[in-house]
Amino acid sequence: MASFQGKKINPKKFHPSQIKFYIFLIPFAIFMAIPIVYMFTTAFKPQEELFKFPPSILVYNPTMDNFKSLFDLFETSSVPASRYLFNSILVTLLTVVISVILSVSAGYVLSKKHFKGQKLLFEINTLALMFVPIAVTIPRFIIIVNLGLIDKFISNILPIIAMPIGLFLVKQFIDQIPDAVIEAARIDGAGEFTILFRVIIPMVKPALATIAILSFQSAWGATEASVYFLNDESLKTFAYYITTFASGTNAATQGVSAASALIMFVPNLIIFIIMQSNVMDTMAYSGIK
Amino acid sequence: METTNVNETIPQSKKDAEKRSKLDFLKRFKRNNENNNHIGGAKSAISSTILILPYILSFFTFIVLPVILAIILSFTNFNAMNFPEFVGLTNYINLFTNDDVFMQKIIPNTIKFSLICGPVGYFLSFFLAWLLAQIPKVPRTILALIIYSPSLTAGVAMQVVWIAIFSGDANGYLNAILLDMGIINEAIQWLQSEEYLMTIMIIVTIWSSMGVGFLAMLSGILNIDSELYEAAYVDGLKNRFQEVAYVTLPSMKPQLLFGAVMAVVNTFQAGSIGVQLSGSNPTPNYAGSLIINHIEDYGYIRYEMGYASAISVVLLIFIYVVSIIIRKILQTKE
Repeated sequence: MASFQGKKINPKKFHPSQIKFYIFLIPFAIFMAIPIVYMFTTAFKPQEELFKFPPSILVYNPTMDNFKSLFDLFETSSVPASRYLFNSILVTLLTVVISVILSVSAGYVLSKKHFKGQKLLFEINTLALMFVPIAVTIPRFIIIVNLGLIDKFISNILPIIAMPIGLFLVKQFIDQIPDAVIEAARIDGAGEFTILFRVIIPMVKPALATIAILSFQSAWGATEASVYFLNDESLKTFAYYITTFASGTNAATQGVSAASALIMFVPNLIIFIIMQSNVMDTMAYSGIK
Repeated sequence: METTNVNETIPQSKKDAEKRSKLDFLKRFKRNNENNNHIGGAKSAISSTILILPYILSFFTFIVLPVILAIILSFTNFNAMNFPEFVGLTNYINLFTNDDVFMQKIIPNTIKFSLICGPVGYFLSFFLAWLLAQIPKVPRTILALIIYSPSLTAGVAMQVVWIAIFSGDANGYLNAILLDMGIINEAIQWLQSEEYLMTIMIIVTIWSSMGVGFLAMLSGILNIDSELYEAAYVDGLKNRFQEVAYVTLPSMKPQLLFGAVMAVVNTFQAGSIGVQLSGSNPTPNYAGSLIINHIEDYGYIRYEMGYASAISVVLLIFIYVVSIIIRKILQTKE
């Protein structure tokens, strides 16, 4: 009878033998979700509920006051909140588009062409998967200074467009496309760019969606440029501005803080939910051999 | 390699052939290159260069070059104003012999933090992925989303929520619960206490570490051919433990390696969590200070950039050594 056990990976429907997995998974998922639920409810709590003792994880009279005061708070400073939000949106959009294009075009060449140093390049890129940008903010700062990019909007974007993980995932994905497909396109007279945009990109959409999500996350939450490369307040991002008032937290500002955390979190979540099946397709090829 | 000369044997469109003849000299020049070319000729060599160059440029400028610069700067005395002055190994010698904080707090903290967060996060993500693979698709997707969503909060966004939960006054969520239940008598300054800060940092980091690596492992497990399991049971597998050890793990080694790499990144990327939570750098009595904070402390607070770079290099070497060990353990042999 034991021989049937193996089939239970990825089962089609519920079976009582699965209960033991739920017994562990459900409480664990609840534990994981508590801080996020807390963020949601706190963001919508009115003042009196924020000061209530003992504090409750639920909200009884939800209100938009916290979001309103978040934007009022900025009204008093020289730069309005909408400006930071606009900067963040622009930075994120540009970063996502550029990093996806860079990754897919480099991934195509690295996967389907042969040239000197190709293996080495992929090897360095794989090593760079472990690259931790905050370890080298000082040299990065020096590079930004020498490129004359201090207080330039573009320094929000340039340092984060090369994504080793993006190139890695898309290259693994393109490896699955048979060479014959590309040869057929070439016989029809297609050049490299046509092949890339008409043949490769439509076939690797799941990988591109994954890279888009990852670069969205890194760009949307990025504070490095605002902290180190920009002095001009009007160029900084929303993520940075949340940090400036996050440190002085008490019950009065908790609601506002949670509201801003929610603004940071929700776009990430929505984009992931929309694209999650693409991500899972890509992850099947994510292995490092 | 039989496709190597595909454009010699298969007739091409006229337009392409014309362009190819124009570029004939270039083709000869790059013969070596072209002979190795899987598909395409000299024209494609140019296009390929155009396609790959932007990535290489940005990769080199903002990832490779900073590492090289950090190594160079670590041998100098540099205050960000004057030109760096070469001082040999002085920074490293000072770091390991004179910097009591580094040797007594930073290094032990970093080792403790990374040795707990990395492996625990890694095994937990495999274990959760494995559990999720045992249930049907719809509940699996929902639970996976809940478990994955904390990783979306990494960084700034969640800091404010944690500060609220662990806030030091009686209104902090954790304090309120514990006071209410009578477990403690007065509010505890969680984030300012030497005793608890590190533990909270570890919990928060593990909580948010079920990210891309976790998804890769889930996908890896789901993609294992079910016939493999059947065959293994026919060959005498007895229980689920053996199933995991002899079928699941060996079949998903590439995903395991990817997951391990992501676990390392997560752990070191979370380096500033202590400062974010406690609101000060250095953290209270250095209880939650990690190597990343020490770099910031010297680089941006004291402007001793040469010294800070030496710390960066130590960190990069540390990560590199960890990555070598992981690869030794998990790499598939060809």
